[in-house]
Amino acid sequence: MASEDVSRIMQIADYLRPSHFGYLPLDAWIESAVKGWLVPLFRPFFRTLQWPIEQVLSGLQALFLSVPFIVVLVLAGLGAWRAAGRGVALFTIVSLFLLDWIGVWNETMVTLAMIVTSVVFCIVLGIPLGIAAARSERTAAVLRPVLDIMQTIPSFVYLVPIVMLFGVGMVPAVIATIIFALPPLIRLTNLGIRQVQGDLVEAGRAFGSTPRQILWEIQLPLAMRTIMAGVNQTLMLALSMAVIGALIGAGGLGLTVYTGLGRLNVGYAAVGGLGIVLMAIILDRVTQALGEKGFVSSRRRKPAAAAEKRKSGAADAGKAETTLKSV
Amino acid sequence: MLVEDAGATANKAGVGDDVHSVLLYQLVPATEGGSVPGRKGGGAIGMTQLSVPAAGPAKGSPKRIEVRGLTKIFGSGAEEALALASQGASRAEILDKANVVVAVHDVSFSVEQGEIFVVVGLSGSGKSTLVRCLNRLHEPSAGSIEIDGEDIVGADEESLRALRLNKVAMVFQHFALLPHRTVAENVEYGLKMRGLDKTERRRKALDVLKSVGLAAWADQLPSALSGGMQQRVGLARALALDPEILLMDEPFSALDPLIRRDMQQELLELQRRYRTTIIFITHDLNEALTLGDRVAVMKDGRFVQVGRPAQIVSAPADDYVANFIRDIDRGRVLPVSSASVTAAATAKAGTSVAFAHQTLKATEGQAIVVVDADGRPLGLATRGDIQDSPGDMPVENHMRRDFVAVEAASSLFSLCQRMKEPLPAVVLDKSGRAIGLIDALSVMSAIGGSSASEGRA
Repeated sequence: MASEDVSRIMQIADYLRPSHFGYLPLDAWIESAVKGWLVPLFRPFFRTLQWPIEQVLSGLQALFLSVPFIVVLVLAGLGAWRAAGRGVALFTIVSLFLLDWIGVWNETMVTLAMIVTSVVFCIVLGIPLGIAAARSERTAAVLRPVLDIMQTIPSFVYLVPIVMLFGVGMVPAVIATIIFALPPLIRLTNLGIRQVQGDLVEAGRAFGSTPRQILWEIQLPLAMRTIMAGVNQTLMLALSMAVIGALIGAGGLGLTVYTGLGRLNVGYAAVGGLGIVLMAIILDRVTQALGEKGFVSSRRRKPAAAAEKRKSGAADAGKAETTLKSV
Repeated sequence: MLVEDAGATANKAGVGDDVHSVLLYQLVPATEGGSVPGRKGGGAIGMTQLSVPAAGPAKGSPKRIEVRGLTKIFGSGAEEALALASQGASRAEILDKANVVVAVHDVSFSVEQGEIFVVVGLSGSGKSTLVRCLNRLHEPSAGSIEIDGEDIVGADEESLRALRLNKVAMVFQHFALLPHRTVAENVEYGLKMRGLDKTERRRKALDVLKSVGLAAWADQLPSALSGGMQQRVGLARALALDPEILLMDEPFSALDPLIRRDMQQELLELQRRYRTTIIFITHDLNEALTLGDRVAVMKDGRFVQVGRPAQIVSAPADDYVANFIRDIDRGRVLPVSSASVTAAATAKAGTSVAFAHQTLKATEGQAIVVVDADGRPLGLATRGDIQDSPGDMPVENHMRRDFVAVEAASSLFSLCQRMKEPLPAVVLDKSGRAIGLIDALSVMSAIGGSSASEGRA
């Protein structure tokens, strides 16, 4: 085949491209839809949405920053010890000590307030949505593509409209974090409830339970481990948004990293990054441990349990966990 | 003569002959002396003629559950399938044409107060679906269900809940205990749904747990218990509601054979005590025949045969049932009355040997039963025992006292263990009166199933 034949074929093939005939101005449409319609019309609405987040966030931030370092250290250590044992407690204390030592204590507390706020709102939104998805195929079918989009769309893409609608600052950053971190909690809540054995739900119905009673007595307790895994995932995702949030005005460790990046100051960025990593490890271990224990631990505490009985009780709890795992 | 329930006799047999014999029986105490058997020639009496009140509900017990034309179809497009089903299409045809599964296909039955009604069938025969329709865990596609005259199919959510809380409790195959609740809390579950306060339901739960022997385990989690114990908890959870009707979906299938047998005995014990009406689902025919007052054999969503265990075993409705019961332990299922019992010549104590001998010869029987004034057997005299004895002696001087007596309703197996050759055993009715004789050969042929195979041929 001659070379001019090839170039001719290529030319013809090029004619078949839609861009040869014209240009679909999708970007302009979205631009005008958001700027000309969404923002002016709904900005007040979105602004009011901010209010509860603002309250929780500023409350938590003020709280975390006002509590003395040593109190936070002791409380966090005790909490980690109760939830996850001695090792995690030790790690927590050493980490917090280090974070203050390297001079990012206040930033850590700001980021913590942001993360906790995001997770609280994720729980408030995500668990009911997950329950709704578990109870109705239609809801699940509607939610699934929405969650897919939320999880796949790069967070940089929705930062722009968020800034337009909410402005810049901590609260818009929290909102971006919620959008990013919410999907796994909904998915895992849905999954956890659907995984509850059919015959248990059937038994609930056979003994005269209403759907609401079945939810509270049977489904939620048994789905708790999966839901806690969802909370854990949400927490980790929220932490990973700390730096991106700094792009639209969030403070804390994210801002430290972002500033370090802007100034090409490796040490500054590394300090912020270390803070995020240490926080992530602590929060992950503690929430995972809480999820592992789930409902069983609280059930085992029976009054007047002799030492021996407690021992056998622990063995039972262990067994219960293994059966649950096999479930 | 035939010593039977007067009413039952009149019901079951030709009137003239038997009324005569009943009258004769009534005359016996006054006239003193032997009597000829009611049936001339003393022929074999089949099970159907010999009306022995079987264990179970008395006649005329009120119907608790009445099911008519119940059909359950899974999948969408139920209307088409229903239409096909009413045209008599088979399950496979409907699956082929409408792409839906007919789980239960036009099933009708009724269950009486205090009865254990067992539905037996292979897996996939629709038996579990059937029992779930009764308390509407599954919505029936067609047909009617009435419990104590109350329509279940049309019941609204509220009355359905009341039914499940107060009348119909259920026991599940895989126990379905809540793993996050203690044994006592599991037992309390239904009571909690009823709205009982904590102390009240705890007290009740401990009571019930005591009755199933698990009071010591009240505060353990179910996972600490063995399978048999877990199912006891499942049973206790149901019994805590004092249900009038108990639905049991293969409750013992997940248990090992020894535990299963114990549980079966315990269930019978409980049922005797509380007279609960029980619908029992199983795939184990031996279990069905052991427990059931009546047994329904289910295949492809339909009832193939419904009847008392002995009826199913001795007269299977078709080849499927015949095949199903082939490996059954017939000796344990069939009552003595299902074997050929010879009507016995009887002689009252004090009758002369000569009169007894004459009676025996007239009936061509091999032995005569010597009875007291109430018709209870005192001894047995064979021809050899009396034919050479002085005729004026009272017959009891020449009878054997070491004879075997067996109630007509007890199992052939229990007779096998005690039978003494060559003497026949005396068959008694419920009140202990002699009604006939049975020899080893008839016992063996009944267990061997010769009568059943003849019936099929």
